[in-house]
Order: sequence, then structure tokens, then C-alpha cells
Amino acid sequence: MTAIAPPLGLLAELTHRCPLRCPYCSNPVELTRAAAELDTATWARVFQEAAALGVLQLHLSGGEPTARRDIVELVAAAAQAGLYTNLITAGVTLDAPRVAALAAAGLDHVQLSVQDAEAAGAERIGGMAGAHARKLEAARHVTDAGLPLTLNAVVHRQNLDRLPALVDLALTLGAGRLEVAHVQYYGWALANRAALLPTRAQLDAATATVDAARVALKGRLVIDYVVPDYHAHRPKACMGGWGSRVMAVSPAGRALPCHAAESLPGFDFPDVRAMSLRDIWENSEAFARYRGTSWMAEPCRSCDRREVDWGGCRCQAFALTGDATATDPACALSPHHALLDLAVQDAAVADGRFTYREFARAAPAG
Amino acid sequence: MIDAAAIPRLARGVKLREDTVRGRWIVLAPERMFVPDDIALEVLRLVDGARSVGAIADELAARFAAPRDDILADVTEMLSDLAAKGVVSA
Repeated sequence: MTAIAPPLGLLAELTHRCPLRCPYCSNPVELTRAAAELDTATWARVFQEAAALGVLQLHLSGGEPTARRDIVELVAAAAQAGLYTNLITAGVTLDAPRVAALAAAGLDHVQLSVQDAEAAGAERIGGMAGAHARKLEAARHVTDAGLPLTLNAVVHRQNLDRLPALVDLALTLGAGRLEVAHVQYYGWALANRAALLPTRAQLDAATATVDAARVALKGRLVIDYVVPDYHAHRPKACMGGWGSRVMAVSPAGRALPCHAAESLPGFDFPDVRAMSLRDIWENSEAFARYRGTSWMAEPCRSCDRREVDWGGCRCQAFALTGDATATDPACALSPHHALLDLAVQDAAVADGRFTYREFARAAPAG
Repeated sequence: MIDAAAIPRLARGVKLREDTVRGRWIVLAPERMFVPDDIALEVLRLVDGARSVGAIADELAARFAAPRDDILADVTEMLSDLAAKGVVSA
């Protein structure tokens, strides 16, 4: 057996707390409460173990990672471990002193999300009044602190027509990169799929906008853009393959091959308080289960793209077919591929109402 | 514009770091990373925001006992390419 190559990235989901309520949030539908979050010292140890294992880039995410009171300490711990540290933030909690403290602690890069190009749409989507103006302020604090800025625009049917304005916003804010991130449909987003799926015409217009902007803005703005699954013929290589490039750690300390993996049944994901990251990566059943190609069934097993897209996304396969080992239905070779077209057709006639992200209500006393 | 007098530096958010686990050096940047080849690594290690392109060429010409003009042309071309990719600025 060949040695297992170490991961390049660690996604640290520090908390599920967030002032926004985006209906496409990638967090699980069952959110973890503050009392169950890992403490500062444990995260610092996780960062040290990650660097020793071979992780080079750390993504501090959530929820809103700056909802952690110890966020500056955590960034300092990551920098001390030698990790290239990205902060993935909604920005509404960032003021100038906080950003300066994060930069001084060794933060390398900030990725700031926006919900739309203009305030009314952004605040309806994010479910928080006043959020958009605070994000624009946060962007200014980031560039004032000398930190590189990526603008992350999560796009869907209700804002995709304003993509040209989002490109302009990235330039205005001084971002060096723009991620045009189509919503991925699991968890909260799957519950809101009919309100969010773009039409084919919207997608084609967006692709043309990106193509033109990339030419016009070469050397000024890098634009990352991937065609969304529901309009694709081949699945994305989710996480670069299960247990291949990235480890995620949940707020409660579960090590996951993908941040949505807790939506899959039949797993007991390793606890970073009980096992080292190296032991988890190299020896846990959870990380081995869909690693490589030996777990695949047809049509993946004999497909010449099996080591290109790794069968696509396990969470999407399970969410749409009930079988986590099935070919991702985003692939045209999947017998379930028609489900995606049906969802697009259903969405075209659906209203735009959202189910907002929220913590589960406490069970009634009794 | 990269010429002999230009003083290149790594662009904002770009770091050259030793990847000890894999026994190589790596360039880290926002949401990307790449492994420089041996020649690019020699050049990047001298990009410190103080040395000019000419000074980098002097250093490498002395170290490898090679014609300085040839080295300067190669270094200028490489740094121009890295500047276009957003890795260095001048």
C-alpha cells in the first residue's frame, strides 16, 4: 500500500454563531451551540498538528469566525504554527482596531462575503438590517491594514442578474480577487433550492459577464468561477477527492473530509480531542471510506475521469439519491441526472421565499 | 515594469515558505499555491524589497560564475512573468 499524501489545507469552522441568516448557509441544519465549541488551547494544538502533518493553508471559517472572542489569539497561534492563514468572514463584526489586531497577529488574507451588489437585496438575502454598509466598511479596514482582500459573492437566481455590479464592487473595494461562488445545494441551501436555483439563461449571461471581465481586468482582478452543478455535465472534484487534499474540523471538534460530511449517515467522525490529526488522516475509517477509487460503483468505477472528479460530491449523491456511494447526479452519466433538470424546472415556477438559517428552537419543557 | 533598476518585492499576501514535510519550497498566496522550479526559487529567495533586479543578477552571476548579461535577461523575463501572475510587484 502506498503512503497517504498529507493534506494541503485545513478548514477550521470555529463556530456556528453568525449575525447573518443566509438561506444557503453551508453549515449543517443542526447547528452547534457556543458551549460545545473547542477552546483556544485545543484549536492551537490542532493548528500545530496540522502544520506538522503537512497542511500549508488554514481557512478560518464558521459561522462567523470573528464571533469567537479569541479570534486574534487563534490567528496568532496559526501564524506561530507557520500556516498561511485566511479569514473567511461576513465582515459585519469587523472594526478598524480588530482588523489591525488580526493583521498584527499574522493574518495573511481576508475573504469577505457579500450577499448582493446593493443593500436592499443583500439585506433581504442575509436576513440582517444594516449588514451591507458594514461589509463595505470592513473591506476598507482590510485594505487599510495592508491585507489582501478577496470578495466572495455567493450567487443564485435572486442576485445573479447583478453580477456586473458585483464585479464593479470588487474593483471599488480594492479586492485583488473575486470569487463568484454558485450556491451548493445541501443543508440549508437544499431546503431553499426552489428559491435559489438560477435559470439557464441567467447562467449563460453570468458566464459571458465573467469571460468579458477576465479579459478587461487582466492584471487587476482575478475572477474564480465554476459552473454550478445543476447546469453541468460533469461533477466537480469535491474537496479534490475525499481525504485527499483538505481536512475540515467542526466547531465541536469533529474531523471531517468535507464540511458537509455530517449530513451523511453511518459515520462516527473522529474527535480531535481524542485523536491526533495525523492518526485521523492516516488511520481513521471515516477518511478512508471514500478515498481513492476502490469504493466506486459503476458508472464511476470504469470511467476514465474517475481520478479527475473522484465521483463528485458524496453529500450531494446522498441528498439526491439516498445512496452516498452513488455517482454524483451532477454527472450526465448518473442514472439520476434528470433529477437536476426537474429541480431547475420546478424552481422556474417557484416563489422566492426563504427559510432562513437559525438555531433549532429549544424543545418545550415537559 | 521590471527593468534592471526595479526593486521587486513579493506581492501583498504572497509568501515563499519552506514545505519541510514535502522537502521543497512553496509560494503561498490567497487561495492558491505553487512550487517554483529551482531557478525561480534562486531568484525568489533574493526578492527582498531591497535588492534591485540588477543586484539580483549580480549575485546570481557571481554565485554561478555565469555571464551577467545573460543572467540579467533571464531574471528580468522571469520576474516580468511573475509580476503578470501577481506574485511579485515592483
